[in-house]
Amino acid sequence: MSVLGRLRALLGTSTLLRSLVWVVLAGVVLLVISDAVSAYNDLQLATGAYYFAVLAGLTLLAGQSGQISLGHGALMAVGAYAVALLVGNEGWPLVPALVAAVVITALVGIPLGAAASRLRGPYLAGATLAFAVGLPALADKFPATFGGENGLTINPPVPPTSLGETFPLERWEAWIACAGALVVLFVIYNVINSGLGKAMRAVRDDEIAASLCGLRVGRVQTVAFAISAACAGLGGALLAIVLQLAQPGAFPLQLSLSLLTGVVLGGLGSLVGAIWGAALLTLLPNWTDNLAHSFSLSNQVADNLPLAIYGVVLIAAMLVWPSGIQGGVRALGGRLRTVQSWRAQRPRPSGGAGAS
Amino acid sequence: MTKFIDLTLSGISTGAVYAAVALALVLIWRATRIVNFAQGAMLMITTFIASAVISSSGSYWLGFGVALAAGLVFGAVVERVLIRHVENAPPLNAVILTLGLYTLLVAVAGMIWGNSPRSFPAAFSLQGYKVGGTRLLFSPNDAFTVLVVIAVAAGLGLLFRFTALGLQMRAAAFAPEVARLLGVRVGRMLTVGWALAAVAGALAGVLVAPSVFLGPNNFDPILISGFVAAVLGGLDSPPGAVIGGLILGLALSYVSGYEGSALAPLAALVILMAVLMVRPGGLFSATKERRV
Repeated sequence: MSVLGRLRALLGTSTLLRSLVWVVLAGVVLLVISDAVSAYNDLQLATGAYYFAVLAGLTLLAGQSGQISLGHGALMAVGAYAVALLVGNEGWPLVPALVAAVVITALVGIPLGAAASRLRGPYLAGATLAFAVGLPALADKFPATFGGENGLTINPPVPPTSLGETFPLERWEAWIACAGALVVLFVIYNVINSGLGKAMRAVRDDEIAASLCGLRVGRVQTVAFAISAACAGLGGALLAIVLQLAQPGAFPLQLSLSLLTGVVLGGLGSLVGAIWGAALLTLLPNWTDNLAHSFSLSNQVADNLPLAIYGVVLIAAMLVWPSGIQGGVRALGGRLRTVQSWRAQRPRPSGGAGAS
Repeated sequence: MTKFIDLTLSGISTGAVYAAVALALVLIWRATRIVNFAQGAMLMITTFIASAVISSSGSYWLGFGVALAAGLVFGAVVERVLIRHVENAPPLNAVILTLGLYTLLVAVAGMIWGNSPRSFPAAFSLQGYKVGGTRLLFSPNDAFTVLVVIAVAAGLGLLFRFTALGLQMRAAAFAPEVARLLGVRVGRMLTVGWALAAVAGALAGVLVAPSVFLGPNNFDPILISGFVAAVLGGLDSPPGAVIGGLILGLALSYVSGYEGSALAPLAALVILMAVLMVRPGGLFSATKERRV
């Protein structure tokens, strides 16, 4: 067996190895991109990276485990405040603070997930919605700790001197955020392709059959929620580092809703879909803003046009592409393949027949 | 003691508004198994229409009637044009669709009427009743609000229980296939459900607009509270929606009166979680078994 063949066989059997290959590939691509683009685009890259971290966790929850959450924005807030308190007040270094933020958010996610595992559909939506609205009130209640409306500021992360004196801060932030996103990619890829992922899909598709097979439905759902919460916590912590701020205004209900939107628009349940979703959440606001202000409209119309476009995109996407971008891409790929095989089988047309 | 009475009375009147929104959500949930996140924006639009009619004609009651009629048409149109296409899609798609509709309506309202809130007239005086020298936090307009919501809830109860239309709507909601075999026009019943829901929503909008003012985003908190109230009561039960609305209105009134309004959202979370942990299908959930 050739080396290449053996490698291919190994990649086929080992999820761990396959995920590592993907992570390294994605890492190289991100590194090249971040070096090539401007500071502003580096910031956008960082934004996309922390959105991806959250969306990957949410797609695991909503797509694989079949639970809905309108409260992931509040879980991001938990991660953001955790890292702001640890780095800003306690003077922790960055990496331990990020790890601690993830652990803290997961610990918040466990009781929430245990509660969520008792609820279905709209009741779960209502409970998580109340969580998203209720949690930011804590920042107002304890202004001494959480800084009230103004929130907490964080000093910008300092790029190591080995990278050179002129290394731009934005690129360093993009690297930090992308590293976090890659960790999430690695973890979620392995979870989806593990026994746990299979258990989640079984629970999603048929709870009663799953429990007859010996799966503990509540526990599987709680674990899914905790993993998803941990990802949201990391995303929130990265957001706080990139914006150098943790503030209740950064985590409104709209954030939770647009996260869910990103997951569904990208394609529910797939990691590639989460990438699409993160790209949409990062780029769409800018595009619609530029588009709206490129016409000579009155301010009242121009200011509201981006929102209107966003609404139309959501409605149209659900009517035309109900399975999201990734679903559309997959369907397109499938259709192309059918056409190809159909072309290959069809005998050559023997001229003479009129227009068909 | 006066404070307690005041908080109770104002809790009842805000609770009545929550109940009306919750009723709208429950009607839609029963008909199509969809949570209508666009409800807040729909009632915002009908209230803007009412405002335009009132300021051009000078008659409050004409505006009131137009708002309800606009709601009726609006609800039916939204169901026929948009919702019909996602009724059999995965539930999350319907959620995203109604969120998209919400976004679009808020933007359109901002384009037409601007983003800064404006005042909206009340049907009756907003001055509190005077009892033995003290002025209560309960005005004739609050009394009107409570009475109208009670009347609508009772009317809906009568409709569902005693009329052929109500029976057909219940049949279409609970067993669409059997109902269709028996000659019920299921699709039309779903449209009627959405239309009625939008009327209840439009009513809530007109009733609450004098106190929250009229702007594209001013009704968002009402929708959130209405949704929490509906979940609290159980999404399948119209009486549950009313009771849930009143419980939430009273609880939030006490919490913001005694502990400060910043804690109100947190209190809503705690109450909802406490109820759902004991009864995962809301207070008035009827079915115990889970659908497979």
